[in-house]
Amino acid sequence: MSAPVLHLDGVTRIHGEGDTEVHALRCVSFRAHAGELVAVMGPSGSGKSTLLTLAGGLDQPTRGTVRIEGEDVGALGNAGRARMRRTSVGYVFQAFNLIPALTAVENVALPRELDGEKSRAARRLAMAALEEVGIVDLADRFPDTMSGGQQQRVAIARAVVGERRLILADEPTGALDTDTGEEILRLLRARCDAGAAGVLVTHEARHAAWADRVVFLRDGVVVDESGADPVDDLLAPEVAR
Amino acid sequence: MSIRQAMLALLEDGPMYGYQLRAEFEQRTGSTWPLNVGQVYTTLSRLERDGLVEQVDGEGADHAADEGGHVIYRVTQAGRVEVSEWFTTPVPRTQPPRDELAIKLALAVTVSGVDVGTLIQRQRSATMAALQDYTRLKRSGRAAQPDQPEDLAWSLVLDALVFDAEAEIRWLDHCEARLRRAAVDGSGVRRGTAAPDVAAGSTTTPTTTPGSAR
Repeated sequence: MSAPVLHLDGVTRIHGEGDTEVHALRCVSFRAHAGELVAVMGPSGSGKSTLLTLAGGLDQPTRGTVRIEGEDVGALGNAGRARMRRTSVGYVFQAFNLIPALTAVENVALPRELDGEKSRAARRLAMAALEEVGIVDLADRFPDTMSGGQQQRVAIARAVVGERRLILADEPTGALDTDTGEEILRLLRARCDAGAAGVLVTHEARHAAWADRVVFLRDGVVVDESGADPVDDLLAPEVAR
Repeated sequence: MSIRQAMLALLEDGPMYGYQLRAEFEQRTGSTWPLNVGQVYTTLSRLERDGLVEQVDGEGADHAADEGGHVIYRVTQAGRVEVSEWFTTPVPRTQPPRDELAIKLALAVTVSGVDVGTLIQRQRSATMAALQDYTRLKRSGRAAQPDQPEDLAWSLVLDALVFDAEAEIRWLDHCEARLRRAAVDGSGVRRGTAAPDVAAGSTTTPTTTPGSAR
């Protein structure tokens, strides 16, 4: 079995200290392998957003390690982490987060250009990504002229451009109707089937069901998981009960 | 279940024998509610007794027992009336079908010594696993790209199962949240049954006014 693309090992995240300290995550171990889509479910305050933030290197754990493609994110330093976010990790948010002044293809090309790619090459990669999500004909449109579903497709193209292998999606269907939401899940699923590792945070069971595994979080602890063929045990021994 | 009306409705499309009826039924509903051929023939003979279907005779068919009992049936005028009534009358919800899970939970929160939190979580995992199975069926197979009306029917039946399972999970989430709140408020729940443990010292205490939760 190859190493996981994303590996959280005994991760604890505490916000604040003393009387006001909050354990957002308690010794959580979590993996996502290439080709696998893992859903994370839990009520508000269960730690699912913290998990995603740590997985993307946007925040550091209080204890434990986060590895992306084998690299210890904590040991990378700020510049290294920023680079890793541009090259290895793609994000998809509920609010799309596209830049309104840029066209679809410019939005998708941006992470590549920020990474130093020549603009023509970046555009070529961006067109390929738009092709993959089925909206290459909208390349020169601005976000405010597109439907929510189309904007989310652009956001997915931006998340996958340049062969990034880890896709982190935070309620990506939250702002979409049922049918459009399903199309977005189909795309995420296809990207994972093609070899990416995906983590999908959602509170909708119907959407989590597209994943290979579903991890349940409660009060910062993984309480259970469901899936046909668990690739690995998710429960660290210290939190098993 | 309304096998009776389903058989009648299928026969409206043309005369059939038992195996055909079963095949046509499963074409539309997958094997969600498997029918055995015995049930089909029992239903047919009751329908015949009630004058809603009749055997097709003549047409060179020798005897009823021929070829493994391939007796062909067709719907009568009275049968057509019954089918039409079925389609124009809503399915009654006045008597909800017995729901084992709701009954189990109602007892779990009132009988002492039951770990309700674990019960809920186990059920949620099991229902989620079923939901994943239905979703896999939706993604592949004939429901994924339905081009026949029967395939579309099957994919809609799958959607019914999906929405059902989703509703169950939402209800379990809701029960969990209410039991936690009741445990925090010290109201409602029997001592000792409590709910999913509320993490010690955590700040997840709800901000709603205590005591008004019921």
